[in-house]
Amino acid sequence: MFPEILEFGRKGFADELLRGAAITLLIAVSSFIIGLVLGHIGAIAKLYGGPVSRGIAAIYTTVIRAVPELVLILLLFFAGTRGISALGEAVGYGPIDINGVLAAILVLAFVQGAYSTEVIRGAIQAIPVGQLEAARAFGMSPLQVFRRIVLPAMLPNAIPGLANLWMVVIKDTALVSVTGATFELFTATKIAAGFTKRYFLFYFISACIYLAMTLVSNFFIQKLERRLRRGQQELG
Amino acid sequence: MKKFRSLLLAAATLAAVNTIAKADLVFGTDAAPYPPFTTQNAAGEWEGWEYELMVAICAEMNEKCTMVPIAWDGIIPALLEKKFDGIFGSMAMNDERKKQIMFSDMYYDSMTVMMGPKGADKNFTPETFKGKTIGVQASTSNANYAEKYYVPAGAALKAYKGQDEANADMAAGRVDYLVADGISQMSFLATADGGCCEIYGPVPHDAAVLGNGVGVGLRMEDTALRDKLNAAFKSFAAKGGFETLNAKYKLEGLMAVPPKG
Amino acid sequence: MDWSWFPKYFPLFVDGLFITIQLLVLAMFFGMLLAVPIGLVQVTGPRWLATFARGYCTVMRGTPLLIQLYLLYYGVGTILATYPEVRQSFFWPILREGYFYAILAFALNEGGYGGEIMRGAFLSVPKGELEAARAFGMSPMKVLTRIWLPRALRNALPALGGETVLMLKATPLAALVTVVDLFGVADRVRQETYIIYPPLLTVLVVYLVLTFIIVRVFGHFERQIPSRR
Repeated sequence: MFPEILEFGRKGFADELLRGAAITLLIAVSSFIIGLVLGHIGAIAKLYGGPVSRGIAAIYTTVIRAVPELVLILLLFFAGTRGISALGEAVGYGPIDINGVLAAILVLAFVQGAYSTEVIRGAIQAIPVGQLEAARAFGMSPLQVFRRIVLPAMLPNAIPGLANLWMVVIKDTALVSVTGATFELFTATKIAAGFTKRYFLFYFISACIYLAMTLVSNFFIQKLERRLRRGQQELG
Repeated sequence: MKKFRSLLLAAATLAAVNTIAKADLVFGTDAAPYPPFTTQNAAGEWEGWEYELMVAICAEMNEKCTMVPIAWDGIIPALLEKKFDGIFGSMAMNDERKKQIMFSDMYYDSMTVMMGPKGADKNFTPETFKGKTIGVQASTSNANYAEKYYVPAGAALKAYKGQDEANADMAAGRVDYLVADGISQMSFLATADGGCCEIYGPVPHDAAVLGNGVGVGLRMEDTALRDKLNAAFKSFAAKGGFETLNAKYKLEGLMAVPPKG
Repeated sequence: MDWSWFPKYFPLFVDGLFITIQLLVLAMFFGMLLAVPIGLVQVTGPRWLATFARGYCTVMRGTPLLIQLYLLYYGVGTILATYPEVRQSFFWPILREGYFYAILAFALNEGGYGGEIMRGAFLSVPKGELEAARAFGMSPMKVLTRIWLPRALRNALPALGGETVLMLKATPLAALVTVVDLFGVADRVRQETYIIYPPLLTVLVVYLVLTFIIVRVFGHFERQIPSRR
């Protein structure tokens, strides 16, 4: 039924595409999570840090968010891998060669971190100050306040922004293909299309796979938001 | 939350293990397909004249090797960043590159050719290309050649990330001519798309720009690896290895290879 | 770091900057031209058109712009080229250039994102104003052009400013289909001289400056809007 090139197995590219899709998801999830961690650090630096931390965080978010991802990906890939290599040599490990997937994850996480910082910062600032004051009045330490009050209250506010960032990171994985070092869905598509010369077919299939990823994500995110917002008043 | 943490830990360990455990020798090559020298088939395996040569040479050196893809226009910086040990990707040994990296001995030398629409006059001078568009792969000696000779004469240059993309645009009529390696273009002519065009002939040779054949690109300090590779090339040639390889890919007489003697 | 290449390549950089600005302006212009009806039809209906518009936005926002670009340039482009009528036609010089496909892809994509923004913007205009306009006897078309659209656009200005910055950041993708924009020039320098960081850092600074300018310009227009606080 299907043309041979679409089959699984040796002659078909279907398994290549799916392998690419799996790696895309791996990169996206990892970058997103690491980006979230960076985002928390950045948000806390911007909100509660001294002038130095605030300055560094401000430069980080401004530059990363104002410059095209393609430029950032190339710069970070070359500079980052050189930096890690140099680090490895300094420690006496010898040059560390980062595999393509890990490099992609680190680069995208660094970019995601800047955007996450802004989303989380906005979400924290949206928490009614009274709740924080009450928590401090109860004698909770800053860490307790963060874990018990800030985090749960911040999450529902942050979901729309973070959901958007999740969509962005899935699509940004395709940009990583310019380095040629990472095998993800877009690279797999280019290989398949280049080998078979059936460009339209494979780019179309690939687009459908990305669309499937975003639609499924959307569905679960909406469910998540509904669950996190239980107990809150519905918006008029 | 706990699930997230363990997932993160697992991913990190996997990545770390993957990073530290390396093959003995890693060679970088063009990520874009470059038949008949290096291509990746549907199963994701490498194949091609150059890939088989790499495997054979590594056998001669008693090393375990892998081939990794990297975007061609970033391959020299990647080599210098120590992402791999050498470039095994039909890299011409021209003067500009020799400033940055060192090469092994030549392992093949083929002609750079001009490719154009079928049925037209095959004679060409730089003036032929005035107002026309020439397609090349970016960061290649072919691109440098076209820049040097045809762009000043009034040609427009379109640079592509991969030779296959340049070929596709040639077939689509989006470029008028191609300057590329003769052997790779013969592969292109054999495909369905190749019916659009024909090879007009070799371009006037300029050794400084086009180099004298291709070699393995290495970092300047890796003299030990270079000597190993050269010894391996010699012993492979002595066994008649190049002849067998050429016969398999039907390339006898079409390009120069290290002599048997 | 080696900066010796700069004098030689400076004119090329200026050309590239010009191309980037062209890409940005044309993409935003045609994109918004598409976004207004896409947003409007989701608010007014008819139902089937609104569903189509909704689907269009979902697809544009759910797939990478890179794939949309490649689909158009290598997919549609090569199919078009197989028709001799197209090759002989008047449009061929345009259709054979990556520039055309880049703007097309960017504009179509912007239609999707802008459509979402315009939908929200049309909804944000107080119903009372529209009803008052109708009470004055204005035809629906007049209401649209005199009241609804201008108010919606003004409400959408902050978001549109953000969109313009995002579009600027998308323009480097054109370099992947042979357009020599600002980023393409950095690539060209890298390919010919093997120098990596200085060209990339240069374009990074230029993009930063461009973003700053866009934010300032939109900020100026936003301040011009009288708003009840």
